[in-house]
Amino acid sequence: MQEVLICKHGDIEDGTVRIVRVNEYDIGIIRQGGRYYAYRNRCPHQGGPACEGVRMPGVYDDIDENGLFHGQKFDEDDIHIVCPWHGYEFHLSDGTNVCDPKLRLRKFDVIERDGNVYVSA
Amino acid sequence: MSNAEAAPIPDFRDMATERFDTSMHLANAARQADERGYEDFLIVDVDSHHYENEASAEIAEFIDNPILRHEVKYQGISRKGITTGFGQYQELGGRVTRYPLRKSEHVPETPHRDITLMRRWMDAMGVDIACMFPTPLLNLGLVPRVDLEVELADAYNRWLCETILQEDSRLKSMLYLPFNDPEACLKTIEKYGDHKGVIGFMVTSTRYRGVYDNAYAKTYRALEERNLPLGFHTGLGGQEPGLSTCNRFLTLHALGFAWHNMLHLSNWVINGLPERFPKLKTLWIEAGLAWIPFVMQRLDNEYMMRPSDAPLLKKKPSDYMRDMFYTSQPMEMVNNSKALELTFEMIDAPNQLLYSSDYPHWDMDLPSTIYDLPFLDQAAKRNILGGNAQRLFNLEPILAEHKLAKQAAKRQAAPG
Repeated sequence: MQEVLICKHGDIEDGTVRIVRVNEYDIGIIRQGGRYYAYRNRCPHQGGPACEGVRMPGVYDDIDENGLFHGQKFDEDDIHIVCPWHGYEFHLSDGTNVCDPKLRLRKFDVIERDGNVYVSA
Repeated sequence: MSNAEAAPIPDFRDMATERFDTSMHLANAARQADERGYEDFLIVDVDSHHYENEASAEIAEFIDNPILRHEVKYQGISRKGITTGFGQYQELGGRVTRYPLRKSEHVPETPHRDITLMRRWMDAMGVDIACMFPTPLLNLGLVPRVDLEVELADAYNRWLCETILQEDSRLKSMLYLPFNDPEACLKTIEKYGDHKGVIGFMVTSTRYRGVYDNAYAKTYRALEERNLPLGFHTGLGGQEPGLSTCNRFLTLHALGFAWHNMLHLSNWVINGLPERFPKLKTLWIEAGLAWIPFVMQRLDNEYMMRPSDAPLLKKKPSDYMRDMFYTSQPMEMVNNSKALELTFEMIDAPNQLLYSSDYPHWDMDLPSTIYDLPFLDQAAKRNILGGNAQRLFNLEPILAEHKLAKQAAKRQAAPG
C-alpha cells in the first residue's frame, strides 16, 4: 500500500466525486457532508461504475408501533452510493450493499494532511 | 511521505462537469469485453431498445392519415408523468443516470442519432449485431383505437426501415405487428418481410387478444412460409386488474413482465399452434427465465389429467416449450445458481437461449452474465451469445470493425 496524492483539500466540492486511476484501480473519491470517502469504481453486481452515479439518502417505509404505514421517507443520515448501471445501492459510510452486506465496494483509506488529500491504495 | 507530497496530482475525471457519453458510461463493459476476448466470436443482442419517442416528429411524417399525423405531432408518442402509472419510473427516480442524461449526449449530424447511440453501446459491450425494439410503442397494443395502432405501427416500421435499418447492416429488428387488426398484420409482413434488416416480426404481449384466434392463421402461415420468427415482447401491463394493485414498480415489473408472456405462451401451446404451424419459430422476449420451469411444470401436470382440453398435442407442453426460443434478460442471478443451471437444462439453453441486453433499460444485462456462468462450456457460451441467434435469424456473421482490428493485431503479434 502506498499513499497517493489525490488533490488539495477543497478541490473536490462537497457532494461531488472525482475518478482517479491509482495503480490498477479506478477509484471514486467522494466528498460528502464534509468528509472524504474512497471506493473502487466497480460494482460487484455487473461491474458498473458505481461511484459515477448519484448519492442519495436511503428510503424507508415509515411504520408505527401498530403496524400502520405512514408513507415513505428519506433517511438523511444514511447516504447511499447508487450504481448508475442498475441502481444497486451501497452505504456511503462503509461500502456495504443495502440489500446484502456480503456485497461491498472495495474501500480505500483517505488521509487528509497538510491541506492535501491522499488515498492509500 | 515526502515522495508522495512531491508527486503531481494525477489525471482525473470530475463527475460534476463531465458530459454524459455512452462510451464512457460503459467503459467498464469495454474492459470486460477485452478481458474475455469477445473479439474472437460473434455476439448478437436479440433485445435492445431505442427511444423512438425522441423521433416522434420524424415518425409523424410517415403517417398517411392527416388527422393522426397531426395528433402524433401534437402529443408525441411517449408516456407522461407520475399520474400515468409506472411508465416513467424505469429510471428509478434519477438513480439510473443514463435516463435523464441521455438527451444531452452529443452525436455527429450524421448518421442518424439512434445509429450513433446504438453503435456506441454495442461497441462498448462487444455486441456485433443488435435487434432493436421501440420503447413506449411497446404499450401501443393497449390503445382502444385500432386505427391508431395500425397507422402508427406502419409509420414506425417504415421510418425504422428507411432511416435506420437501411443504413447499418449491424442493426436489425423484428417489426411491430398491429395485432388488434389481423388483416393489417398480414399486410405488414407482406410489405416489410423482405426489407433489409428485418429478421422477423414482433407482437407486444400487453394486449387482450387470444393468440389462438383463427383470424391470425394467415399471419402465422405467412411467417412460416418466409421462415421469419415471431417474437412476443412482454411489458409491464399495469392496467391488468390484478396487477393494478401493485403499488411499487418492483412488484409490477417482476410479475407483469413474466405474466404476459406466460399467458400467451400457455395459450399458444395448449391450443396446439405448434402443431398447426409446425415450422413457425416463436421467441419469448424480455420475461427473464425463472417463469419457464414454472409454466412447464404446471402445464405438464394439468395436461396429463385433461388431454381433452389440448387434443392437438402429440407430446407434453414442456416438450413444445423446449422447441421454442427465449431471450436471456433479465436473467435471475441472485443466490440461485442451482436453480439457474436447472433452468438452462430444462429449456435446452445451449440451443434455444439467445443473449439479450435490453440496453439501455434499467435492468440491462451485459454479455458477461452469460460468459461468466460456471456451468456452461465454451461452445454453449458462444451459442447463447451469438450462434443460436445467427442460426435462428439466418444472419450473416458481421463482426464489429474494432473486433476485426483486434483480431488482426493479435495475428500480427503472434509468434511465427
